[in-house]
Amino acid sequence: MYAFTYHRPTSARQAAGLLAKKEDAKLLAGGHTLLPTMKQRLASPAALVDLSSCADLKGIARKGRNLVIGAMTTHAEVAASPDVQEAIPALAYLASHIGDPHVRHRGTIGGSVANNDPAADYPAALLALGATIVTNQRKLTAAEFFTGLYETALEEGEIITKVSFPLASKAGYAKFRNPASRYALVGVFVAKRGSEIAVAVTGAGEGGVFRWPEAEAALKARFAPKSLDVLKHSAKGINADMHADAEYRAHLIGVMAKQAVAQATGKA
Amino acid sequence: MSATGIGAPVRRKEDHRFITGQGRYTDDINRPGQAHAYFLRSPHAHATLKKIDTKAAAAMPGVLGIFTGDDLAADKIGGLICGWMIHNKDGSPMKAGPHPALAQGKVRYVGDHVAVVVAETLAQARDAAEAIDVDYGVLPAVVDTATAAQTKTQVHAEAPGNTVFNWHLGNKDETEKAFKAAKHVTKLDLVNNRLVPNAMEPRAAVGDYDQGEGAFTLYTTSQNPHVARLVLSAFIGIAPENKLRVIAPDVGGGFGSKIFIYAEETVCVWAAKKVGRPVKWTSDRTEAFLSDAHGRDHVTHAELATDAEGKILAMRVHTTANLGAYLSTFSSSVPTYLYAPLLSGQYDIPAIYCEVDAVYTNTAPVDAYRGAGRPEATFVVERLIEVTARQLGKDPAKFRMQNYIKKFPHQTPVIMMYDTGNYGASMKKALELIDYKGFAKRKRDSGRNGKLRGLGFSSYIEACGIAPSAAVGSLGAGVGLWESAEVRVNPIGTVEVLTGSHSHGQGHETTFAQLVSDRLGVPLENVSIVHGDTDKVQMGMGTYGSRSGAVGMSAIAKALDKVIAKGKKVAAYVLEADEADIDFKDGNFLVKGTDRKLDFGSCALQAYVAHKFNGQDLEPGLKEGAFYDPTNFTFPAGVHICELEIDPDTGVTRIERWAAVDDFGNVINPMIVEGQVHGGIAQGVGQALLEGARYNADGQLVTASFMDYCMPRADDLPSFQVGMTVTPCPSNPLGIKGCGEAGAIASPPAVINAITDALGHEDIAMPATPQAVWRAAQKTLSRMAAE
Amino acid sequence: MANVTMTVNGKTVTANVDPRTLLVQFLRENLRLTGTHVGCDTSQCGACVVHLDGKAVKSCTTLALACEGASVTTIEGLANGGALHPMQEAFREHHGLQCGFCTPGMIMSAVDMVNRRGHALDEKTIREDLDGNICRCTGYHNIVKAVAAGAEAMGKGAAPARQAAE
Repeated sequence: MYAFTYHRPTSARQAAGLLAKKEDAKLLAGGHTLLPTMKQRLASPAALVDLSSCADLKGIARKGRNLVIGAMTTHAEVAASPDVQEAIPALAYLASHIGDPHVRHRGTIGGSVANNDPAADYPAALLALGATIVTNQRKLTAAEFFTGLYETALEEGEIITKVSFPLASKAGYAKFRNPASRYALVGVFVAKRGSEIAVAVTGAGEGGVFRWPEAEAALKARFAPKSLDVLKHSAKGINADMHADAEYRAHLIGVMAKQAVAQATGKA
Repeated sequence: MSATGIGAPVRRKEDHRFITGQGRYTDDINRPGQAHAYFLRSPHAHATLKKIDTKAAAAMPGVLGIFTGDDLAADKIGGLICGWMIHNKDGSPMKAGPHPALAQGKVRYVGDHVAVVVAETLAQARDAAEAIDVDYGVLPAVVDTATAAQTKTQVHAEAPGNTVFNWHLGNKDETEKAFKAAKHVTKLDLVNNRLVPNAMEPRAAVGDYDQGEGAFTLYTTSQNPHVARLVLSAFIGIAPENKLRVIAPDVGGGFGSKIFIYAEETVCVWAAKKVGRPVKWTSDRTEAFLSDAHGRDHVTHAELATDAEGKILAMRVHTTANLGAYLSTFSSSVPTYLYAPLLSGQYDIPAIYCEVDAVYTNTAPVDAYRGAGRPEATFVVERLIEVTARQLGKDPAKFRMQNYIKKFPHQTPVIMMYDTGNYGASMKKALELIDYKGFAKRKRDSGRNGKLRGLGFSSYIEACGIAPSAAVGSLGAGVGLWESAEVRVNPIGTVEVLTGSHSHGQGHETTFAQLVSDRLGVPLENVSIVHGDTDKVQMGMGTYGSRSGAVGMSAIAKALDKVIAKGKKVAAYVLEADEADIDFKDGNFLVKGTDRKLDFGSCALQAYVAHKFNGQDLEPGLKEGAFYDPTNFTFPAGVHICELEIDPDTGVTRIERWAAVDDFGNVINPMIVEGQVHGGIAQGVGQALLEGARYNADGQLVTASFMDYCMPRADDLPSFQVGMTVTPCPSNPLGIKGCGEAGAIASPPAVINAITDALGHEDIAMPATPQAVWRAAQKTLSRMAAE
Repeated sequence: MANVTMTVNGKTVTANVDPRTLLVQFLRENLRLTGTHVGCDTSQCGACVVHLDGKAVKSCTTLALACEGASVTTIEGLANGGALHPMQEAFREHHGLQCGFCTPGMIMSAVDMVNRRGHALDEKTIREDLDGNICRCTGYHNIVKAVAAGAEAMGKGAAPARQAAE
């Protein structure tokens, strides 16, 4: 790592102040992407603003028809939360399958969302559930927020404070893990809210997380795995790497989508 | 059998320190005043070094010294060596380029050592390394094993056509004749995928120089500290052996990769004198991927000839072996004498001919990795056998048994004289363990669930207990492969055993102590094993090739015999009896036909106080040494059966059952032996399903971290059913054959034979990743649909 | 440089460290607690696992300064005086280790697994939950046996006071 100064504010407001004041400062959430990158000297912030003591960024609450999760809530906390398990069980399931147990004790929803790794799990859930990303400055829909590989609509100095999920009547998540890294090679989150159906795909898109309209239309006719039997996702615009070429990944999108629907309908 | 003697599953003595965090690995060692080394490595696979400007870097904070290949050359520090001379078909010696510890004029693989920075802290060393200005003249890279010899680009000027040697073994004419007479010929093209050993403890070195004594100490992650000292002294020229101490403390796994003498430890120990400070280097995982010697990397065409009854007549094999950019310490022996002599497998094959072309490429050096040559040979043999059985419509188990060698000793056409074995017994037991009879039903059940189930065999043999010195010397080895032991009995009867073997996870402190306890009748806790320090143990050859039981313990057994013989002399004086009338049993020296006895501890005390005998008649003390040089290789063999299920929709392969029945000869500690089998299988399954080192066309290693190189994890593997058969090895005093590599040798063909059985076709290579299996399964499904 | 104070294995420690210092470096270099190991650079192998405020974390991916005021337990702090922790005992009894390098992280992860998932752990659960720990020696066969046995032993009231303290 290159040298940096370390700051540990106790509120989002203090953090924002530090972020504005310190030259070339970066926010540190769970650190499971940023610290390895810094160890490899591929990132060199002059200052780190550690959000782990900002109590106002933590916590899980049910607010009417929404589930609100503080940005610094860890994956383990989301996975173990009775509120999440009751409101959106698929979200708890997703959180319980991010990385490994140690990663889940440190990694946070805010950090994952802000990083927008194309192989991360959360972006699929946010996009499919129509979540709102709340920052210290504004509110953004997931569709507005995720703008490309590792890219988001976050502006300089902007801090994610929480993510608000509208409840879904049915939801499911299935992922095929990269055998080596265990990140999502393909992950599909399926959500049904009233008559609205969303299918969001992570791990596979050249531009990051995306929706699969054909699958959504097919599921609108009948929300069952069988509805996807005849559908095939095109390999166009799909990632290719040594672990999976575009054709295989595109195929897995279909398989994972069916598994996600099966989970959503209690048939997994 | 006593609770702690030979054959008992004694819990390991070394475990207490490991489970409480008190193990002492090289990186745990810090010397007073220690500085840190950082190696600037080549980002290019192949380039000339036009200029290395270290001026700005040298002025950076904390920098104590920056050195390049020119500095080593100026100090007359020699290059790294390859200790095994291979001769070409025409009798001429192999062609090898120089292997400087720090590059001179040219870099030849990504990770090659351009310069070293020694600084107060590691961060400072790394900062300064980034400030070194290197002008590279980038050259095209030679990467592909199969085509390296046809590539215009030359890795070393000394080796035209990038060819290190064209070697062969066997009888060409007889083999050709047999093929002409054959009723059936099976042909296969096989790739043995390149692997990265990835011991969990990364390599490390601490070099220290004592100015007063003019002596060096090197702490290093080594499987064979004495060989390291020999090479660093005699060939590289660091210091004479009496001025160089090499200490290998606890070693966190090796699997071959810590046999070799690398650039980093050479430079650290040399630089300690240059900067007048201890110098420490610890590899990070990325460096390990780039610069630890890799394993395997063969491209092979193989054929097997049979007669009308399915009797094997002959085998012919052509292999191209990638040795990387430089010849690592034992690299040349791996695809030659550790490979082709194993091609007879467990089978009576009258004629075998094998040709091996070894090539240089712009990749990391390739050397021995768990099994070393023998897994490559077993993969060729067992894939050929399985496919032949299928093509002949024969049951693969029966076809194997039909062709097994049944009479011993058996001379193969490829050097080896198998001394003993009972291959049919292992097969029979393995078939029971896996419930072979129930397989057809299990396959049908899988089919009903849309899954493809397959079962694959592997009847492997290995040559271990490496090895008779005269034999390996005649084949080109630069050293003898005996082992040494010294048994020091202390005056109160406690025992220290000094051994040239060196555990890196095998539990020598326990098994070796079991032997001593068994032979001398002393409690296990009274026995200490001393290893891994050239100042304590006089000389030794180290631990690799499953040799520490068969060779290392044989040396201890020999020394124990001498201790008992000396003890009898002492006892004869003390008990006032004739030496010929003294027996040694259960820890007591007894006078035959009387109740007079002297326990071992009292005998030791008498040997040291020396009151009962005259120094002219008998030397005081109780300490004996022995060197044991084996008279033959040992031949562990066995049968592994893998049963798995493929999900054709995702390509995911799940291993459902694994039966392993091995004949390791006599077993000292079955718990430890079974653990070795488990670990070996996991590495072999890793090779078959998960692992593969890949370079792109520019020679960049694209699998340089655990993010991309897939290590076997707990949920990739099943529990294993392990059984044993025993035919004691006749050539060593303990009847031991060796067990360290068997699992890694046996398992890759078992997995691939099972996958191809499930698929119904042979079109799959290692590693059989989900993507590869999915694609292969689509072929199966479309065939099934057509039928 | 910055000051940090934390409790390690029950003892309060204060040090002045470079902000770059990772928890694992702090433990190994400042406190000489070398039982915690580094086996990779990508937060995957788990050789560095310690408990931070009672939860298993990778100390190679945690800044020492971020542990201000926290309680850290390492492999050296797991045994209760002279008595081994039941999970340590189970690893020895079931030959759940060979070279010993991954073992401290493996044991710390196993204890954390029991804390999260209870004392009756089946093979599938154990294998899946170990996906943050890599062992190259054992093929996991005996580690799985050791974790199951250790979990059961912890449930029989053999769990030491340390656990309650976390």
